[in-house]
Amino acid sequence: MRTVTIVGASLAGLYAARELRAQGYDGRLVIVGEEPHRPYDRPPLSKDFLTGRADENQLALTDAEETAGLDAEWLLGVRARGLDPRGRTVLLGDGRTVSTDGVVIATGATARRLPGEGYAGVHTLRTLDDARALRAALTGGPRRIVVIGGGFIGAETASSCARLGHAVTVVEAAPLPLLPQLGPQMAAVCAALHRRGGVELVTGTGVSALTGTGTSTGTGAVAGVDLADGRRLPADLVIVGIGARPNTAWLVGSALTLHDGVLCDDGCVTALPQVVAVGDVARTGGIRAEHWTSATEQPRVAVTNLLAGRTLATARAVPYFWSDQYGSRIQFAGRYRDGDTVHLTEGGMADDGGPGEAGLLARYERDGRTVAVLSVDRPRAFMRFRRALQRGDRQGAEEEAVL
Amino acid sequence: MIPVCRLEDLPEGESVRVETTPPVAVFRTEGGALYAIDDTCTHQDASLSEGWLEGCLVECPLHAASFDLRTGEPTCLPARRPVRTHRVTVQDGVIHVHLTAEEGTAA
Repeated sequence: MRTVTIVGASLAGLYAARELRAQGYDGRLVIVGEEPHRPYDRPPLSKDFLTGRADENQLALTDAEETAGLDAEWLLGVRARGLDPRGRTVLLGDGRTVSTDGVVIATGATARRLPGEGYAGVHTLRTLDDARALRAALTGGPRRIVVIGGGFIGAETASSCARLGHAVTVVEAAPLPLLPQLGPQMAAVCAALHRRGGVELVTGTGVSALTGTGTSTGTGAVAGVDLADGRRLPADLVIVGIGARPNTAWLVGSALTLHDGVLCDDGCVTALPQVVAVGDVARTGGIRAEHWTSATEQPRVAVTNLLAGRTLATARAVPYFWSDQYGSRIQFAGRYRDGDTVHLTEGGMADDGGPGEAGLLARYERDGRTVAVLSVDRPRAFMRFRRALQRGDRQGAEEEAVL
Repeated sequence: MIPVCRLEDLPEGESVRVETTPPVAVFRTEGGALYAIDDTCTHQDASLSEGWLEGCLVECPLHAASFDLRTGEPTCLPARRPVRTHRVTVQDGVIHVHLTAEEGTAA
């Protein structure tokens, strides 16, 4: 291969560039990024960056020394708008084309929006520019803030807003936030953190409309959130945290199969052997995981396979994610499924239903095996269990291979 | 020089956090050696004293960055900057940490 093009200049794209060089690729390397910024770390955007404890230069994922070593052509501030059916030409939004022998797709995902988000004061939080705008909006004295969606972005943002002294309400359509990820028992424990942090939590009802100060719908500033159950929540600011959709629109017309992400085999290889996909945009072995860990672990395997021209290595990591909210650190590894039994292994709950002072560790069991583990502020024990899960996963994979 | 704890109160393979500013992590390896490094991972806010100790390496509990206790250097991503190391001594059975001066201050 003489040219490899990485489309996407965030975490997964940067890790792919590092892997290409680490695995001995010495040809031309082109990195295309829609945002004008060099790769930056997104997790702090909803936490320390929003509260002002971290500033922009602490978000950089790389520095001049490493950038020089990568020896790449950075095409930033321009989006890819197409990939030809052979996967040999990347079309750019400004009309340029990049002829290439290999492609790494790392275009990530975009925050979902609500219909009628035209009002001023309605925010999403995904990019640095989003975070800058929200951070500026949070500095003008106490506001009434409604956060739509109680997932990780919603919870962390609500926590940061409350810490800054704003009056915050979180609206979650499901009976509890994080229900599909954690199951009912532990979702209830984490839900208690909102109340402990002084945030009101409204669950089991969706949003029917946003209302504004203008004379017609969608004009002026946002004034409130109408709920499906008829209630109206007044709001000076609304933050929409209802998930993300993978950025695959630019690949329509390519030879790749798109189905809530770019379809790949277990080794991140798409329908074309010289095109691989990593991170939030990749559906690898049937799963699309929007986790930091996927974005940092998949590139190694993807690059090995890209350079080999076939699938030599597979990515079968145990999913892992973490979230910092209301002064607690939640860590989860494995996969929860309906019907798993939850065992409280360490620590316990406080009177308010939230985690006790010593935190807690919960083990999820299915057919007599530990399949997942949740920790609140017990990082050491969590690490032990996470490692055991990884060992168990490898053993399981080896047993499958023998059969 | 900061007293940490009695040597017998820090079993091999264990670590303890010292609440200095910034905090320091003291490790006693399986081989019995004592090391001290800055406790906070240089990648993101996490306590290395709660990390996974293997030989002379400690793995951060949040993102699995790994540091060499002898040099403070990261041995893998996502950390790219070293942590400071501090000298450790045992006097009359008590572990002491000798803090290395902050960068830019007089030693």
